[in-house]
Amino acid sequence: MSEPVAPLRAPTRTPAFEARLKKRYAAERRFRLAGLSAIVFSVAVLAFLLATMGLNGIGGFQRAELAVPIDFAESGLAGDESTLAGPTGVSALEAQGLPDVVAFYAGQALGEQAASELSPNAWREVAEAVVADPSLLRQQATFHLPASSDLASALRGEGSAEQIALASELERAGKLERNFDGGFLARSDATDPQQVGIWGALKGSMLTMLVTLALAFPIGVMAALYLEEYATRNRWTDLIEVSINNLAAVPSIIFGLLGLAVFLWIFPTYRSAPLIGGLTLALMTMPVIVISGRNAIKAVPPSIRDGALAIGASPVQVVFHHVLPLALPGILTGTIIGMARALGETAPLLMIGMRAFIATPPDGFTSPATVLPVQIFLWSDEVNQGFVERTSAAIIVLLVFLLLMNGLAIYLRNRFEKKW
Amino acid sequence: MVTLVHPNLEDTDAKMSARNVSIYYGDKKAIDDVSINIPTKYVTAFIGPSGCGKSTFLRALNRMNDTIASARVEGEITLDGEDIYRSAMDVVQLRARVGMVFQKPNPFPKSIYENVAYGPRIHGLAEDKGALDGIVETSLRRAGLWEEVKDRLADSGTALSGGQQQRLCIARAIAVDPEVILMDEPCSALDPIATAKIEELIDELSGRYAIVIVTHSMQQAARVSQRTAFFHLGKMVEYGRTTDIFTNPLEERTKDYITGRYG
Repeated sequence: MSEPVAPLRAPTRTPAFEARLKKRYAAERRFRLAGLSAIVFSVAVLAFLLATMGLNGIGGFQRAELAVPIDFAESGLAGDESTLAGPTGVSALEAQGLPDVVAFYAGQALGEQAASELSPNAWREVAEAVVADPSLLRQQATFHLPASSDLASALRGEGSAEQIALASELERAGKLERNFDGGFLARSDATDPQQVGIWGALKGSMLTMLVTLALAFPIGVMAALYLEEYATRNRWTDLIEVSINNLAAVPSIIFGLLGLAVFLWIFPTYRSAPLIGGLTLALMTMPVIVISGRNAIKAVPPSIRDGALAIGASPVQVVFHHVLPLALPGILTGTIIGMARALGETAPLLMIGMRAFIATPPDGFTSPATVLPVQIFLWSDEVNQGFVERTSAAIIVLLVFLLLMNGLAIYLRNRFEKKW
Repeated sequence: MVTLVHPNLEDTDAKMSARNVSIYYGDKKAIDDVSINIPTKYVTAFIGPSGCGKSTFLRALNRMNDTIASARVEGEITLDGEDIYRSAMDVVQLRARVGMVFQKPNPFPKSIYENVAYGPRIHGLAEDKGALDGIVETSLRRAGLWEEVKDRLADSGTALSGGQQQRLCIARAIAVDPEVILMDEPCSALDPIATAKIEELIDELSGRYAIVIVTHSMQQAARVSQRTAFFHLGKMVEYGRTTDIFTNPLEERTKDYITGRYG
């Protein structure tokens, strides 16, 4: 007979086991706490960043303006819809002495000293308003015209005591105030922080991103498809894979040097053009799209390919009817990451001359332009205090642009997302 | 070693036939010198323990092994007397003629309608929308799925139950009107009721299509097939009428396997 069997004791009901169980739960609680604090920390940092940007940036969307009432009827300026139409309208008014008219009424309303603190180009805003609505010439109207940057600084409490006194006096009289500056989104770079706008850089960024997307997306997706679906595994494809992975890690300034050496050598007249910037950034973005695209394609279950092949779909049909639609959400995620990186990229664009001072928005892909991050970099370098707020405002514009771009991509991704 | 062929196997007209076929994965020989005729009107079952090469052989019949880079086929496999591995053979056309249903149901993540309509559409088999609707309905009816899905053809094929998904895959295969249907353990992921439905369906489809089914279940082979081939370690050990194989196996290994001594 066998040995008498010891009474069965469940090993999971001993005090030692219960102590271990307690420790396991404690470990779980610690882990959850650590994760939670990491999230809280990130959110706090993000909130701090956004709050700082927001508070500084609000000022950037405003500018100090002097109220100047102008009585056109007695000014002697002449013109109507036909004579003021077109691009010559502003110069026609200039020839009639509009700058002097503006200066005269400013002096009358604000006093000599304050009138001299009107921004030198303030009359242009009057001219543009008149060109837009020539019937103003028969009326009396009050214009809010930009003050000089010195007076704007004084309004913030910076500058000489004399200026500050003048600013506070004008402010008390209701003749100097900080107003929302809608023109910030419509103008381009200028030397006077009161006159600058972001539109030129924003348009430059849009054009550059279009070139980047149009090149990097199709080429990246095609490369990923070929490498995953067609290429046989051998030494050459391994080499290509390693090269692409390395390319994704190359510092962006190197791409700028490449763009300078190659693209500007081929198209020497397109210095500072969005076309060249887009080409350079496409080189940088493509590896990211290839890598994420290959991962997304790899994740498509082989059974789907088999199913399509087994009813006689050709390899190209398998790829375009099944693999690509299923991989598209993943490819789009990679594209978002790549494009966001390209949008924020400054260094390579400095190399190809997009840091020039450009006061007009680009007309097309080949006209000189700058982009948002470069504009931010340039403004942050300015000595004039007025540019500090403008820089924050430009950063807000950049972030909103990024947000819109990502939002579009996430919308597209969700639309194509399928369950299997 | 030669395959034992039962003496009273009257060789009816062969739809497909394999002559001295060996299949390699790299250096590894997965199938060794197999010769078999697949009859037109019957269901042929391949049985055998796991890893014996029956699925490999099945996939060679419509060249699905082409997708595996290291796979290599020697010998001759013919469809209606034409070598399917000759260079002039069009793989796309071959696979339209020799359809396949897989172990795990693999409907496309598209609507039920699109799943069935996909094959006819890429091959241009339907003149217009009405003809395509007709093909979809006929195929779903033949697969015994029409009544269950006719009101929700726009729903995703992946939302169906496992058994329904597998019948959808069968409908998808027969929508291109193949001559041969290969089934690779079509019931191994299904419950007994869904299995019974598929078996019933195989019964109805036989006669219209030549059917080859790989199965792990000897009961299933006995129920649905008229011809059975027993594979073991890459060789086809025995081939004959299903009744003969199950009642009067000639080989010791066949007997051991069908009596459940291993496998």
